[in-house]
Amino acid sequence: MLNFPRWAVAGILLPLLIGIFCAVPSFLPDRVVEQMPKFMQTRVNLGLDLSGGSHLLLEASTQDVAKQRIANMEEQVRTELRRGDTKIAIGDISSRDGKLSFMVRNPSEVDAAVERIRPLTQGAGLTGQRDFNVEVVNSSTIVVTPTQAGIDNAVKGAMEVATEVIRKRIDEMGTREPTIQQQGANRIVVQVPGLQNPKALKDLLGQTAKLEFKLVDVNANPAEVAQGRAPVGSEVLPYPTNPAGPPVIAVYRQVMVSGEDLTDAQQGYNQQGNEPIVNIRFNGAGGRKFGQVTSQNVNRPFAIILDGKVLSAPNINEPILGGSAQISGSFTVESANQLAIALRSGKLPVALTVVEERTVGPQLGADSIRAGLTASIIAVAAVAAFMFLSYGRFGMYANLAVAINVLVILGVMGILGATLTLPGIAGFVLTIGTAVDANVLIYERIREERRRGRNVVQSIEHGYKEASRTIFEANVTHAIAGGIMLALGSGPVKGFAIVLLIGIATSVFTAVTFTRLLVSYWVRAKRPTEIHI
Amino acid sequence: MKLLKLVPDNTNIGFVKLRHWAFALTALLTVLAVGATFYKGLNMGVDFVGGLMIEAKFETPPQTDRVRTVIDRLGVGDGSLQQFGDPRTVQIRLPLPEQGGAGAANAIVEKARKAMTAEFPGVTFSRYDTVSGKVSGELIQNGVLAVMLAVIGIAIFSWLRYEWQFGVSTFVAIMHDVLMTLGFFALTQLEFDLNIVAAVLTIVGYSINDKMVIDDRIRENMRKYRKMDMKALIDLSVNETLPRTVMTSVTVLLALGALLLLGGHVLRGFTAAMMLGIIVGTYSSVYVSSSLLITLGLSPATAEKKAAKANIAAQAERMGPRDDGAKP
Repeated sequence: MLNFPRWAVAGILLPLLIGIFCAVPSFLPDRVVEQMPKFMQTRVNLGLDLSGGSHLLLEASTQDVAKQRIANMEEQVRTELRRGDTKIAIGDISSRDGKLSFMVRNPSEVDAAVERIRPLTQGAGLTGQRDFNVEVVNSSTIVVTPTQAGIDNAVKGAMEVATEVIRKRIDEMGTREPTIQQQGANRIVVQVPGLQNPKALKDLLGQTAKLEFKLVDVNANPAEVAQGRAPVGSEVLPYPTNPAGPPVIAVYRQVMVSGEDLTDAQQGYNQQGNEPIVNIRFNGAGGRKFGQVTSQNVNRPFAIILDGKVLSAPNINEPILGGSAQISGSFTVESANQLAIALRSGKLPVALTVVEERTVGPQLGADSIRAGLTASIIAVAAVAAFMFLSYGRFGMYANLAVAINVLVILGVMGILGATLTLPGIAGFVLTIGTAVDANVLIYERIREERRRGRNVVQSIEHGYKEASRTIFEANVTHAIAGGIMLALGSGPVKGFAIVLLIGIATSVFTAVTFTRLLVSYWVRAKRPTEIHI
Repeated sequence: MKLLKLVPDNTNIGFVKLRHWAFALTALLTVLAVGATFYKGLNMGVDFVGGLMIEAKFETPPQTDRVRTVIDRLGVGDGSLQQFGDPRTVQIRLPLPEQGGAGAANAIVEKARKAMTAEFPGVTFSRYDTVSGKVSGELIQNGVLAVMLAVIGIAIFSWLRYEWQFGVSTFVAIMHDVLMTLGFFALTQLEFDLNIVAAVLTIVGYSINDKMVIDDRIRENMRKYRKMDMKALIDLSVNETLPRTVMTSVTVLLALGALLLLGGHVLRGFTAAMMLGIIVGTYSSVYVSSSLLITLGLSPATAEKKAAKANIAAQAERMGPRDDGAKP
């Protein structure tokens, strides 16, 4: 038990040395670490509660996605049945309860209609699953119902795109090291360290940024528009900054050009140079379409629509042919810039709402680190003094083990890229307290064995052997609690669980194996006949 | 140098004899704790009830009445103020607007910031949290689930490892620790948030650690002294492990004490919960869980049956290469 072959000594010391080595970068200033090779940059990440910053949990409404799909399907069905030589007349179109239903005017064309819309309902993948089911009810009404698999797929796709769009938008803001992760089926976690004011970020993420250009319906009756009624083929949209009367306006349903045809958007100023605007540039097809429509509608107004709201409705003074245009609409420099970013990064396929937000100012974060560090140092000192007073030389061995343990935990966290949170510091302090428990168990056992009259070497051997079993069992149960915390906890609690679990693993190694090595060297060198423990 | 010994050698305290008193006292305290939790309720943080929490730091200690007036004037619902040890820091709690979602919560924070800056120049919001009702519901669910899973998981582990009586006694003792912690939070009205769930889980982990050590010793002694009376055997085991129990509790309390005094206000509730839990857990290890084994009818006979089974298993293990440290 007390004899260690050379390879075993190496096997014990090597991992400890690697652990300590990996802990070093965490104590060095940023400048030094950046110059080190990549694999040596094993630093502990600071959680948002220590570095300051914002944590946002965004949620997409799956109902929204489903609704949009039905709306798209309606559009597709209309176009499909109107296309070609054999038009099929339909009516009574409704999309309620998440289903699309319509009546085929001529009952003899029902089968033909089903044949023609069937290709629209096929899933995009090779799974062979349908995205929609098509049924005929009452011999002339066709009902298109989305399948669950189809909705799930659509949500999955929408979330992937949304995550990408959010990443682009945050990168455009120029913040450092943001974390953007999808969580569960319809949520996205965004963590931005060191952000002073998350308001701008939230405003940016809150925009869907769906941009459309539509012609204003100047023939609509203003009184009816004010009441929300529009002529056939037109719709009434909110227009909060309408200079002429009510905050609504009637526009034609047909989209002239949309945000998908943009290649660039930049904040700028109008010709008078006093009002912030957004300069946009269309791609080839978009530019041609825009030029065509504006040529045909000179001296009529068109509406610039963002997320279903009209920003402004300027007059077309002359055809706009160059493929670029400007968006005006009572912007501030900040909001114009934000819109430019949003337009550059594309529109979100689904609206997102913030369901959880945690923001910590950098000052409080720095205070917490300082307080946590002081507390840890005092805790280590108090425990070390107590161990020395209780167990003398053996107490010092345990203290050395604890000191190494602290460094190894930091090193392992650095290797794993784990995050240290404020509760994580508490986990550290607690680990210091419990790490010596293993040594207490062993030393108390050695004391007992001595009292029972065993000789020094036998007592030590027995103490380590008997106590090891207990230590193992106690730590397994402790790890069960830690594992559950890791699995179910969120944010800071996870940080605590990580430190706890790493601490359990490393402390067993340092407190049992490493101290045994130290004790064995001492026993072999001194051959004591009496021990002071 | 004379070494420090908190517990003298060879103590012989009759813990088992005291068990009826201990059970009565424990039951009474637990009932009081549960009563307090139901009667006074827990001061749930925004994590669990949803809402808006702003922590404002002032240049000079403000009068809370003036802060309250400013908040009331905002007209965004019933606010509540809370002060920590630091007189310059005030925590403001506001309900989340029912409609408008994130944008509305954002607007409230901005409104509050403007109003406060006008009234108290130099004030900063050192942190703020907004949690929607839906998320807070999930957090509660996860918190309760986590604690229950931990307690049950550990009880099953100790049942499989030893006899069923160990599982039951551990379960009872740990539930006692958890309930006492809840009672403590109800009485002190310290804020009960996500971090406290972590603290409760840690208490569970620590307390079980303590009980495992004693249970392990009881089992060891049952094998060693087959003819010994169960009561005497449990007393012997608890006394033998007493120095370790006390030593470890003291070291952990020392470490936590440093954190309580110096670790900053954000962690104060968390640390207080853990310190209480350590004390309660140590008490229940010594007085409750081991004595309960007798009430549950643990006897050497039942243990022997299990040991015999374990022996067969152990022999089976020996079929492989031996690695028990024996050297030729």
